[in-house]
Amino acid sequence: MIDGFVALYIFMLAAFVGYEVISRVPVILHTPLMSGSNFIHGIVLVGAMVALGFADTTLEKVIGFVGVALASGNAVGGYVVTERMLEMFKRSKDRDQDQE
Amino acid sequence: MSLDTLIAASYFLAAVLFILGLKAMSSPAGARRGIVWAGSGMVLATAVTFFWPGMKPENLLLIGAAIIAGGVPAWISGRRVAMTGMPQMIALYNGMGGGAAAAIAWVALLGDGHGDGMSWTVATLAVTGALIGAVSFSGSLLAFAKLQGWVKRALRFAGQNALNVLILAVAAAAAALVVMDVGGPWLTVFIAVALLLGLTLTMPIGGADMPVVISLYNALTGLAVGLEGLVLDNAAMIIAGTVVGAAGTLLTQLMAKAMNRSLANVLFSAFGETAAGGDGIEGAMKPVEAIDAAVMLGFARQVIIIPGYGMAVAQAQHKVWELAEALMKRGVRVKFAIHPVAGRMPGHMNVLLAEAGVPYDLIFDEAEINPEFPKTDVALVIGANDVVNTAARTDTASPIYGMPILDADKASNAIVIKRGQGTGFSGIENALFYEDRTRMLYGDGQAMCAELIRAVHEI
Repeated sequence: MIDGFVALYIFMLAAFVGYEVISRVPVILHTPLMSGSNFIHGIVLVGAMVALGFADTTLEKVIGFVGVALASGNAVGGYVVTERMLEMFKRSKDRDQDQE
Repeated sequence: MSLDTLIAASYFLAAVLFILGLKAMSSPAGARRGIVWAGSGMVLATAVTFFWPGMKPENLLLIGAAIIAGGVPAWISGRRVAMTGMPQMIALYNGMGGGAAAAIAWVALLGDGHGDGMSWTVATLAVTGALIGAVSFSGSLLAFAKLQGWVKRALRFAGQNALNVLILAVAAAAAALVVMDVGGPWLTVFIAVALLLGLTLTMPIGGADMPVVISLYNALTGLAVGLEGLVLDNAAMIIAGTVVGAAGTLLTQLMAKAMNRSLANVLFSAFGETAAGGDGIEGAMKPVEAIDAAVMLGFARQVIIIPGYGMAVAQAQHKVWELAEALMKRGVRVKFAIHPVAGRMPGHMNVLLAEAGVPYDLIFDEAEINPEFPKTDVALVIGANDVVNTAARTDTASPIYGMPILDADKASNAIVIKRGQGTGFSGIENALFYEDRTRMLYGDGQAMCAELIRAVHEI
């Protein structure tokens, strides 16, 4: 176990980072950003993999399997929709270049 | 280098990529780069986790199968979903993440039953994360069903909040028994009650408020992932989960603020169902023909287009952009004004316009564009309603009183494209429609835009 207080420090600093990093986000990016942050918590996949990796009983394996499948859906789906949305954001300049 | 170090180093790199990616995603120019960075971090973290020391080799196959079982349908659905369907897809994927966090806790606590002796602190973190994750799971799924139109009604009854508190208390009691390792069915009971709580919390919330709720569940899933990260000693999960928890909370507040509502208000009160207000608007709506509207637009110096969700429902965004291009060719300055709550969540309308090819430097938000209206000849409102309702400024009895609006009424003229004379999504009468300077162009958004384009070319 990461030492209790070290874990607490990580928790606190990460919370500040999360708050600060998006504090100046323009409204036009709210939807993609929500989608992007939704993708990032797809990291739950690694935890679910470890949980299933150490599972002993059938019940544990079933729940672990469901956990990995759900987490994988979160990560993959989150990435695909975010990428699709962000790909469309273009400036007038970029558009004109595309058309040439 | 040992495997442990390799994994720890990869997780560290993934965490850095997530934070940089999130940072890049908060500005339009770097947004695309941001998701690619975060994506590579995810691939790296997932790949090295297969080499986690001590995992049972026979389970590795299960892991691979589960990743495919979850990932492939998500990939297909994510590619196929229309841009109008984005809010509910985000809700769905988010719910899956919450469910995964709850599943991790479930497996960890089951394992605890046969003797590796989990400390009280860790068990408490695990059940807390499981509670939050399970609520996010079932709540997000219900939000998905509502936005998809599978669940139509918002169920409300007296004593609803009291019932939710009671369910929460039962969940907490079951959680306490689990932490004390009493054994028996309590773990199952706890998970079941937590799932029920997600449903009963989401049930009374109406469709218009769903975006705020999805954003809140997104933040909660992040928090649950962070908590399970503490349980598993997994720094990547702690950092990524907590960062999303905090960023999601801020985003939820920003959205609620844009809608002029507090979070508590969204969660614990009924809205929009009984909305009356706006009584006693005097005058009549004045219709206009497409050809006359085209003349107004074609000879204007500046036109501001105000799109609403109705435009997206009519699939008119491509036609709207075509119309804007036709006007620009004539030398008309065209700008798009987007209210924070246009579409089904903040920023949704920007996505829909971007899909039609509208460059984002022509798109302005409410604070940027409002000073422009007095200098504007025509404000063209397409499928938007509440966001231009002047009753929000003047009528204290109106449910939307105090909400910031786009000042379409301050332009020299306003043209409103609208399907019929009804009141629309929120059921609130719109004072703008009765103004002297407002003309109503009745018809389907897409068909009307096509007619306007034709007429603009002719004049």
